[in-house]
Amino acid sequence: MSIFVNAETKLIVQGLTGGQGKYHGLRNRDYGTNVVAGVTPGKGGQDVEGIPVFDSVAEAVAATGADASFVAVPPKAAPAAILEAAAAGVGFVVCITEGIPAQDEARVFNTLVRDHPGTRLLGPNCPGIISPGKCNIGITAGEIALPPTADGPNVGIVSRSGTLTYQALHELKEKGIGVSTCVGIGGDPVPGTNFIDCLREFEADPETHAIIMIGEIGGSAEEEAAEFIAASVSKPMSAYIAGVTAPAGKKMGHAGAIVSGGKGTAQGKMDALAAAGVRVGQNPTEAGELMAEIVAAL
Amino acid sequence: MDLFEYQGKQYFARYDIPVSAGDVALTVDEAVAAAEGAGYPVVVKAQVQVGGRGKAGGIKLAADADEVRLHAGNILGMDIKGHVVERLWVEHASDIEEEYYASFTLDRAAKKHLLMLSAQGGVEIEAVAESDPEAIVKLHIDPVDGLDRATARQAAVDAKLPERALDGAADILVKLYRCFTEGDCDLAEINPLILKPTGEVHALDAKVSLDSNAAFRHPEWEAYAATEVLDDREQLAKRNGLQYIGLEGSVGIIANGAGLAMSTLDVVNQVGGTAANFLDIGGGANADVMAAALEVINFDQAVKSIFINIFGGITRGEEVAKGIVEALGRVELRAPIVIRLDGTNAEEGRRILADAGIPESRLRSEPTMLDAARAAVALAGQN
Repeated sequence: MSIFVNAETKLIVQGLTGGQGKYHGLRNRDYGTNVVAGVTPGKGGQDVEGIPVFDSVAEAVAATGADASFVAVPPKAAPAAILEAAAAGVGFVVCITEGIPAQDEARVFNTLVRDHPGTRLLGPNCPGIISPGKCNIGITAGEIALPPTADGPNVGIVSRSGTLTYQALHELKEKGIGVSTCVGIGGDPVPGTNFIDCLREFEADPETHAIIMIGEIGGSAEEEAAEFIAASVSKPMSAYIAGVTAPAGKKMGHAGAIVSGGKGTAQGKMDALAAAGVRVGQNPTEAGELMAEIVAAL
Repeated sequence: MDLFEYQGKQYFARYDIPVSAGDVALTVDEAVAAAEGAGYPVVVKAQVQVGGRGKAGGIKLAADADEVRLHAGNILGMDIKGHVVERLWVEHASDIEEEYYASFTLDRAAKKHLLMLSAQGGVEIEAVAESDPEAIVKLHIDPVDGLDRATARQAAVDAKLPERALDGAADILVKLYRCFTEGDCDLAEINPLILKPTGEVHALDAKVSLDSNAAFRHPEWEAYAATEVLDDREQLAKRNGLQYIGLEGSVGIIANGAGLAMSTLDVVNQVGGTAANFLDIGGGANADVMAAALEVINFDQAVKSIFINIFGGITRGEEVAKGIVEALGRVELRAPIVIRLDGTNAEEGRRILADAGIPESRLRSEPTMLDAARAAVALAGQN
């Protein structure tokens, strides 16, 4: 098992003919992901190293039965690309695009909730998702992830930061710990999928025995996750929060200060997670070591 | 990007939000000219991006040209909490009957827009939130629906604004919401929003923070970029498109991804060092970007060692390595580099570095983030 994706996932790449889309789309295929089509308006009928390209997501889905999409298009075009995939009935959309305006993200998210409840968006501005040995969608270098073992124990990873996601995969591989699924939710203001969505799935996934969570300063997503963990997660967890020494970020004025109500600091997030029973490391390596201890005790 | 008050008011004016007549002034003479244009009495206001300027003496009322000269002369060059006043905003003084608070921002937890409105404006709104949270109306707005006039008016009713302010407030709220959404603001705040004795509702202050991701559809923002408050290091970084924040320490930091960059600062701190900066070269950085990043770091005289921490995903190891080699050929780096390179094409990158024949005194590779942090901190201590 795995969460959100599996070995049967059929993937289209929106923007397959562009630089990033081609590079990462082909890497995903090389990893073993079932990449069935690409979509670039105006380039239907072409192919990219044997992968057929269609003009629209609807045509690609009709021809291939794809159920997931990888959006690798520039910020201006990404909101429309995500909604096009949802309208074509794609159930899982991964968007790696960095730099989408927050207003567009908010509109896209709420449009999905209202008009396309069957579509889950991962990202934007995220590294994607990898279920080692089965499916890799996005920009993660597949070789840094160790596949899960049949008997476990295996670890699920959920992270707000791209590069720290790789760091977590790397730490676990160094320790010989298999990963069921690793989800990078991205650090943008309105992520399509949040910590709680992933924690709920990991809790229900029989192949996942423990969970690592990587957060960072700003917002209150980690504090909300801590509440959820205390109430609904029985599997053991370790965590790391980046930004203990980071300079104060964007000044959001009075309005931001009120919305956060003192939330948002790394220490506050670590305290909230520790209070929920999560073992919190001071750096990514320590979070990995704590997870090794947890796994050894399972 | 945070705007100065005068820029915020100019931005508000684009969306027909009523603001006082006035102009910006860089000199005493310009202040007098602005005052003549606005009509006496005027308020002379220091333009700094920090709170508490009124208490610091940065806001003064002036009845005539002599008073404008006096106050403008005093305020220009004034140091307010470390911010030196370079600009003034001179506007016609308003008669104030009541002061309110209004803002729009994005509530990340709810994933909706949030209107906050209070009849108790003009003061520290955090204090109101603390002492009397009921006095702030919080209304979530679905970005797909937007805000209509009737809903805005009801919010003003709920906030207990007086009857005669309701229509004016509703009008401003709808316009401010348009400014927030179409104007791509992270924050659009008016404090105080005033009711004049004549019954008009009017923005007496403006706090606007723009979402830099939306700059591509706002050519008018270029004027604001020119006045952004950046130190020399930050200006050089900005010209090169790098996410850079200057700090006080001695270990220069280059990492890919904001999370890893923050984590790198944390680890340097944990092993007893101090970071000279935060620098995220972003995803997909190529050799040019890495070379530019090294030039920015090199510009900072306080840097004694450079810690490059790369875990490649979208960023490719060989590009990072090429950038380092190129930069070493292009600029004379004062400080030695410690690099930790992992992820996409890391082996190829390490090979490029090894084959470049760079002496170990200038560049060394460490296998882990912690090892590299220790090495960089040790080097910073020696130099």
